[in-house]
Amino acid sequence: MNALGAAALAAALLTAIYTLIAALIGARSGDRRWVDSSRRGFYAIFVLLLISVVSLESAFLRSDFSVELVANNSSTTTPTLYKLTAMWGSQGGSLMLWAFVLSIAASAVLFATRHSHREIAPWATAVMAAIATFFLGLMMAGVIFTNAETYPFALLAAGQVPAEGAGLNPLLRHPAMAIHPPMLYSGYVFFTVPFAFAIGALITRRLDATWIRSTRRFALIAWLFLSIGLALGARWSYSELGWGGYWAWDPVENAALLPWLTGTAFIHSIMVQERRGMLKTWNVSLIVTTFALSLLGTFLVRSGVLQSIHAFGESKVGLPLLLLIAAVIIGSTLLIISRLDDLRSERRIDSLLSRESMFLLNNLLFIGLAVIVFWGTFFPLISEAFTGQESSLAAPWYNRYTTPVAIGLLFLAGVGPLVAWRRISTSNLRKAFAIPISAALVAAAVIILAGEGLSEPIALVLFVAGAFTLAAVGQEIWRGTAARRALSGDSVPVAFSTLLTRNRRRYGGYIVHMGIALMLIGVAASSSFQTSTDVRLSPGESAEVGDYTVTYVRPTSEVDSQEQKLVFGAVLDVTRGGEQVTLLNPAREFFASSSADPAAPLRGFFEGEATSEVGRKEGVSRDIWTAMQPDLTSFDPVIAEGDELFGRLAAQLDLTDPGAVQALADQQGAAIAGLGERYLNPATTPPAEFRVNVNPFVIWIWIGVIVGAIGALFALWPGAEARRSRVSNVYAAKLARELATR
Amino acid sequence: MDPTKKRQIRLVTALSAAVLLAVALIYTSFNAANDALEPSQLTARADGTYDVTGKVASDSVERGETLRFEITDRDGGEGVPVAYQGIVPDPFREGREVIITGALNEQGVLVAEKDSLITKCPSKFAEEHGDDPNVIIEDA
Repeated sequence: MNALGAAALAAALLTAIYTLIAALIGARSGDRRWVDSSRRGFYAIFVLLLISVVSLESAFLRSDFSVELVANNSSTTTPTLYKLTAMWGSQGGSLMLWAFVLSIAASAVLFATRHSHREIAPWATAVMAAIATFFLGLMMAGVIFTNAETYPFALLAAGQVPAEGAGLNPLLRHPAMAIHPPMLYSGYVFFTVPFAFAIGALITRRLDATWIRSTRRFALIAWLFLSIGLALGARWSYSELGWGGYWAWDPVENAALLPWLTGTAFIHSIMVQERRGMLKTWNVSLIVTTFALSLLGTFLVRSGVLQSIHAFGESKVGLPLLLLIAAVIIGSTLLIISRLDDLRSERRIDSLLSRESMFLLNNLLFIGLAVIVFWGTFFPLISEAFTGQESSLAAPWYNRYTTPVAIGLLFLAGVGPLVAWRRISTSNLRKAFAIPISAALVAAAVIILAGEGLSEPIALVLFVAGAFTLAAVGQEIWRGTAARRALSGDSVPVAFSTLLTRNRRRYGGYIVHMGIALMLIGVAASSSFQTSTDVRLSPGESAEVGDYTVTYVRPTSEVDSQEQKLVFGAVLDVTRGGEQVTLLNPAREFFASSSADPAAPLRGFFEGEATSEVGRKEGVSRDIWTAMQPDLTSFDPVIAEGDELFGRLAAQLDLTDPGAVQALADQQGAAIAGLGERYLNPATTPPAEFRVNVNPFVIWIWIGVIVGAIGALFALWPGAEARRSRVSNVYAAKLARELATR
Repeated sequence: MDPTKKRQIRLVTALSAAVLLAVALIYTSFNAANDALEPSQLTARADGTYDVTGKVASDSVERGETLRFEITDRDGGEGVPVAYQGIVPDPFREGREVIITGALNEQGVLVAEKDSLITKCPSKFAEEHGDDPNVIIEDA
């Protein structure tokens, strides 16, 4: 199986090189046979990488520790789901994922455009093949330069195969963490498609909107993947302790946010080019930037260049990746400069109050945001270069700059849909803005009267902007429905659904705007009105936390022999005004350390990884979030005593006898269970530190993300319009072929 | 107004806004940033708040209401005592790399800001084995 996967990987590299050459010959000569062959080359790369991925995953499932990657990232006790996802926890595995997703995206776009774009597509194929060759080459280079880290199928010598693998960090055993990395990677990789077509369009000087039309869906898919990836990361860090809540401006988080920001700008500004033939230079520059930032994101995660919570092992792919980024930026810039004449706008902006200038403003704000985040993220390197002293920026700095820009963008998300292309007349302006502005004023009044608004002006402005945008988008959808009804006489639901499905892209986009508004309302409320309290409690004691009373009812404990963990927890009763709100069960899980001293089996449990299980009650208006840390100082003497006993026992036993080893393991199990009982015994239950947070409106962040994802999916879904054009494309291609052969 | 002139005015306004933003960004970032130091550099610079990156020294952790431990440079050396209150991240333990924000007091103890402790997240167990002879897995 491993040999098959390794062979398929090597074959994929050779095929990618062939595809690159075939595409270049096809593009230069215009010979369709080479072009068709290069397209099929990409299908072949996809099949080969599929074989390779399946065989690597099977090694993980079989816990075949002769594969170094498996031994380093999985273990027999790892739950099955996480065996499958352990692949991308490693350098080689994540490179494999990159190449595999690229082969999917490239095959899909080449299949979709097989009858069109005769000039652009071969060059785009060449660009994508070059990138595939780069990543596959990086993996195979691991074979030549004994840099086994990048080669996923590196085998351990027969004598070195361990009986048990290192396993996955228990902290990462969370469903969101299992799919967070591939989502981000897919986001990065899918931006390759519009990038490659943009390069193709530049080389062939076919700089009308055709390259955009055939790849905008891929840009949107990339955007959706990145959004989901970012949201899952946020969700995960909200569920863990010490990760700074859902967003902490950590460099690696920022690295994934950067292409999202420029990508969002891109999917807006291409509409201006499609509609009005403007912003051509801007659009090609944006997609080049987005793709370069995607590569930078891939690079930063594993480079160790910046101080981050995400300290993966320092990798050896840094230099080649940096060279690729430099090549992409320099090559694209030169190409754009040489094509400036062809990139001239077909029209100019007529009025500042027009859809196109709103798009332009939106783009400037997104780029501004990206510049701020980029500057902050790379500030340690910048300051070291200028002052010789590395220094870093914390969350307050980011918040100060990003908040006003975010407020501006949130308003624009409502203003944009209200303003017509070219220009809006004063009477239409009044008509379009009356309701949204009233909604914003009502929201402001309600919040101020509720008494919370004035203490947090920034949150107030964000709420008002959110209300404005929700009302504006709602009004647009309602007016469209009404117009359709007047035209067709349909009932409201029918008119509503035909309206939306007839123009999926537009209304999908509006739904995304609603999602963003909900999300930012959640962010504003939770970051301004969070309360956080630390209390130390023993069973039976209570503490006041804001309006709530928290009582430590009883301790809980559990031993899980499958995952080798010991759980110490607490049941907390949360009441408000004498009424019970919820029961929470925060806990701390201790995992046996695989490297622990075998003579100290008890201490090993507390020196291994420990994770906090957050006890949380999510609600429409607020979450109650608790974490606990038992104070185990009173356990130390008992643990030491137990370990001493074990040391003596182990010395007496013949450890080559499997029966004796089993007996020792049984004794260890019994001792661990004894610790659990000691924890539960009212006389010896230790006190614990609790952190109790009351986070208002956090759930709206997740609801906003889901609404936004639905909107993006809705916009992506091939609608009537796309089907029509596909039919006419096929027909046109057929006609062209017939005419050519006649 | 003639359109060319109008465009020029717009361009100048936009560019000056961008320049202003950039200047503000640069100015405040140099002011707001904390210098990032290793523990051994800390003793030479008594005043001010720093981001200190280092390793938690072995056998130095004392838990309690205040968490006390020593932090050394990544490649070892003299430890600096730390007093910390707030959330202790899950991966925190001896030998791990941490980042902490704080200032030295007169006794030479690094008094950390509340909740400023960041522990780096190793993606897998293998890395921390390092020089542990009991572990068979080696980095190739």
